[in-house]
Amino acid sequence: MEYFLQQLINGLTLGAIYGLIAIGYTMVYGIIGMINFAHGDIYMVGAFIALMGFLLLGFSDVAYLSIPIAILLVLAFAMLFTSVYGWTVERLAYRPLRGSFRLAPLISAIGMSIFLQNYIQLLQGARVKPLPPVVQGGLNLTTPIDGGFAVTISYLQIIIIVMTVVLMTAFTLLIAKTSLGRQQRACEQDKLMAALVGVDVDRTISITFVTGAALAAVAGLMHVMYYGVIHFYIGFLIGIKAFTAAVLGGIGSLPGAMLGGLLIGFIEAFWSGYFSVEYKDVAAFSILVLVLIFRPTGLLGKPEIEKV
Amino acid sequence: MLSVSGLQTYYGAIQALKGVDLAVAQGEIVTLIGANGAGKTTLLMTICGNPRARHGSIRLAGKDITRKPTFEIIRMGIAQSPEGRRIFPRMTVMENLQMGALTTDPAHFEEDCERVFALFPRLKERHHQRGGTLSGGEQQMLSIGRALMSRPRLLLLDEPSLGLAPMIVKQIFSVIREINQQQGVTVFLVEQNAYHALKLANRGYVMVNGQITMTGTGAELLANEEVRAAYLEGGQQKTTVGV
Repeated sequence: MEYFLQQLINGLTLGAIYGLIAIGYTMVYGIIGMINFAHGDIYMVGAFIALMGFLLLGFSDVAYLSIPIAILLVLAFAMLFTSVYGWTVERLAYRPLRGSFRLAPLISAIGMSIFLQNYIQLLQGARVKPLPPVVQGGLNLTTPIDGGFAVTISYLQIIIIVMTVVLMTAFTLLIAKTSLGRQQRACEQDKLMAALVGVDVDRTISITFVTGAALAAVAGLMHVMYYGVIHFYIGFLIGIKAFTAAVLGGIGSLPGAMLGGLLIGFIEAFWSGYFSVEYKDVAAFSILVLVLIFRPTGLLGKPEIEKV
Repeated sequence: MLSVSGLQTYYGAIQALKGVDLAVAQGEIVTLIGANGAGKTTLLMTICGNPRARHGSIRLAGKDITRKPTFEIIRMGIAQSPEGRRIFPRMTVMENLQMGALTTDPAHFEEDCERVFALFPRLKERHHQRGGTLSGGEQQMLSIGRALMSRPRLLLLDEPSLGLAPMIVKQIFSVIREINQQQGVTVFLVEQNAYHALKLANRGYVMVNGQITMTGTGAELLANEEVRAAYLEGGQQKTTVGV
């Protein structure tokens, strides 16, 4: 039972990170029908920017700010600069190809992904970059019975989970209730009609990329704090897993991305916990295969048929 | 209000508009009639900047809008209820109206909503329903209502009667008259239902194969032999032969 609870907590933490990245995939797919394969690398860039933020604040040496304020500062810093990357990628690699054949932006996205990896490798080197633990300690949720162990949730895990819940709630409200969110949904449903009621479609698409990148930056920040090391290649595997999460939940669906992220996190944590760590990626990707075979629209995906 | 001159539009190599000239004055209802594929919808869409005109010019209240992007043209005071209605299917009726009101001051929203509901009480009953689940007639009402939410100076309507029961067609046409007379909105109406449209309109144009072939007051066109033969007496066949 303790073991199960512990894996549940670990899975929740992982799932939060996947979910935040999956939102970026699902939103971009929703609005321009394209899988942004560079999104995982935007997340990697976000992690590097977050690391730089911590280093700038002097975290490698002494902490002279209170830790929550420092994290919030780095968060804002990472979201801001990663957004600029998200915006630039859309502007340079996708917008010129709009109206081109469907595969063109996809190929461009793969190119952008490779470019970003190499760009960071050149600028930051190929070695892993460490960050000393920023938040230490945790809570024991159970008292160990002799021979057993205590279920713990670290303060960092609490921060990650709370931050994710807050961001996802805010983002859901933004999409459901604000004018910006309605414009975003209008473009998703009918771009021509959106323009005919006065929506600047290009600008709305840019905003989608910017918000996706900002959420990926948050996930990047969590990664660098949780694992303590990053390198230029982390975006690939985690990006593909977040994409799997988006497909599992139903690509194009916002709650689907969150649910899918959570499920992938749980699958990985429980598979590592009960079967084997080596095969956790196989487990996650097997899910992708099964979903694509048995429920191509995902768990919360909408079927394509609409009454016209 | 609107003046179009020498307008030519292409889809790839195919020329859809072959030099169209027409004008709509402030406060008028003007109709454009013509057979399927004559280029009526293309004209309305070209006025809104999508597709873009290759030659010629479009002026709205004296300002050249030929090269402006669609959303800017809309923000200058044109609203369109396009072909196929294009209701946002996964948005509620209310949200569709909110989208229509995007370019206006949010302070007007309640008042404008009430005005649309007064014209189309059906929409009020269904305000929480998703657009995609409405019937064809209700979608048409919503499409016109959404266009009115932006307080347009010029309202473009693309076949508001298409596919609707005669009762509803009558209702929609009487609403168009009401919008024009009580709210002072200039209306440019594209129709295949030539009889109703010409009865309603101050003036009309006839479009054949991407060109304007005839113009006159609604009554003149209704009385015209060619128009009667081609568009009024069930003469879809004759139009294609006549061209």
